[in-house]
Amino acid sequence: MKLTLKIWRQANASEKGALKTYELDGVSSDMSFLEMLDLLNEQLLHNDEEPVAFDSDCREGICGMCSLMINGEAHGPEVTTTCQLHMRSFKDGDTITIEPWRATSFPIVKDLIVDRSAFDRIIQNGGYISANTGSAPEANSVPAPRDKAMRAFNTATCIGCGACVAACPNGSASLFLGAKITHLGELPQGQPERYSRVQSMVGQHDAEGFGGCTNIGECAAACPKEIPLDVISQLNKDLRKSMILG
Amino acid sequence: MRAVATTTLIKGARSTRSTIALKLLMAASGIVFILFVLVHMYGNLKAFSGELAYNEYAEHLRTFGEPYLPYGGLLWILRVVLLGSLVAHVGSAVALSMRAHAQRPVKYAVKKNKASSLSSRTMRWGAVALLLFVVWHLLQFTIVKINVGAGGQAAEVTENPFRLLTAAFQPEQWWMVVIYLLAMLALAFHLHHGTFSAIQTLGFTNTAESRARARVAGWVVAIVVAGGFSLVPLFTVFGVIS
Ligand code: HEM
Ligand code: SF4
Ligand code: FES
Repeated sequence: MKLTLKIWRQANASEKGALKTYELDGVSSDMSFLEMLDLLNEQLLHNDEEPVAFDSDCREGICGMCSLMINGEAHGPEVTTTCQLHMRSFKDGDTITIEPWRATSFPIVKDLIVDRSAFDRIIQNGGYISANTGSAPEANSVPAPRDKAMRAFNTATCIGCGACVAACPNGSASLFLGAKITHLGELPQGQPERYSRVQSMVGQHDAEGFGGCTNIGECAAACPKEIPLDVISQLNKDLRKSMILG
Repeated sequence: MRAVATTTLIKGARSTRSTIALKLLMAASGIVFILFVLVHMYGNLKAFSGELAYNEYAEHLRTFGEPYLPYGGLLWILRVVLLGSLVAHVGSAVALSMRAHAQRPVKYAVKKNKASSLSSRTMRWGAVALLLFVVWHLLQFTIVKINVGAGGQAAEVTENPFRLLTAAFQPEQWWMVVIYLLAMLALAFHLHHGTFSAIQTLGFTNTAESRARARVAGWVVAIVVAGGFSLVPLFTVFGVIS
């Protein structure tokens, strides 16, 4: 199929960017979205033009490296990551607008690549369980109730891709934060640090400049891992409790 | 655009200084408003019982708690609480809006709304409309007592709560009815999302079921409050209340 692509081109963090239009022919519906961009880059290289810079790593939907705002939807029209999106979701003759995640806390490095290290710092500031290393403990020595274990497991599927921030009109990272807080807070091992964790992670979130949540739900609709909105309620609840418990 | 993001880890973050604390303040002050508008709406419905009952109720609000409270004491307590809530509510709204704008200085060329309700996306502009309405409403019925209808600024109208009310919504001033109905539409929108949002901000929507219930609460509060308030201007302009 033949596509018209409108792609955000920006030489570096300080340069101003703009949307540039490209025509691309010979796209197969079996290609992944990133393979389609690879095809475009081959064409650009062939014409001695600068290829489009975009992020990817695993290309199997588990690392959270790929991003892209595709026709106004984070990760495009399907509930999956950009790397797992396939061209059969588009039609011959379509115009596709591709933009980077837009948030001041995710500064653009080049073209469609943004720097998401703000998320790493949120994790560094409490997004873990401190445990003694050594030989692995016996699996059933700390029993976890099944529903709590399931909730922890489901929220642990967050891959830190940043689609929630990209889709949020406030640029809030509450869904990401809520996923981590719920994941670690539901486990018995997460209890000792539960309330100090929520304080330092929220503190880091705010210091990075992410916006406040208005509970509108665009994040959960964009999340490739279907993290539900209730993790934001859990986040709010834990923070509220931490104010009283210190 | 900021090229380098924060690179340091924050130590000793204070939860009371966080964006979530601001939201909790908004939710708490919003709930004060919801309780107030519910009582206020109920009070207005006394207009259906006629001039005597309505004015008696207005007077009762002023003599309430006497002799422990001075004349009008309850109203002054309410005014202080409401004004404090307004400062907290609007203050946090402004602070959070500014954060949101700073976070997205470059807009998307194409952006789809997939899950958010219209009411959730109109909270800020709708709130500005509400604020303007509240200013006018207070000037009209409390601070200046502006009679836009027959009788002008004569004391027998402005000092009679029932006549001040009914004079405002006569057919000659149909536009006043329109202003009030539009304001109630704005209030319904604000409450539809606001009620749900406050419940979630307080952390009471930890399951899909409780979230669905909170959404229903948003509909109920919006319809009861805005619908209840709309009855009085409507039934006055159509001559039922006179
Ligand atoms: C008069 C000026 C007002 C302004 C400027 C204002 C502004 C706002 C804004 C910007 C929000 C945040 C929207 C969001 O988080 O999605 C909000 C939330 C809210 N407002 Fe208002 N509002 C006003 C009046 C009212 C009134 C009269 C009520 C109730 C009758 C009310 C109840 C609420 C509630 C319950 C929330 C939800 C709080 C939360 O998200 O946790 N507001 N308001
Ligand atoms: S919550 Fe979902 S959208 Fe947000 S970072 Fe995690 S996986 Fe990505
Ligand atoms: S490249 Fe790893 S999730 Fe898309």
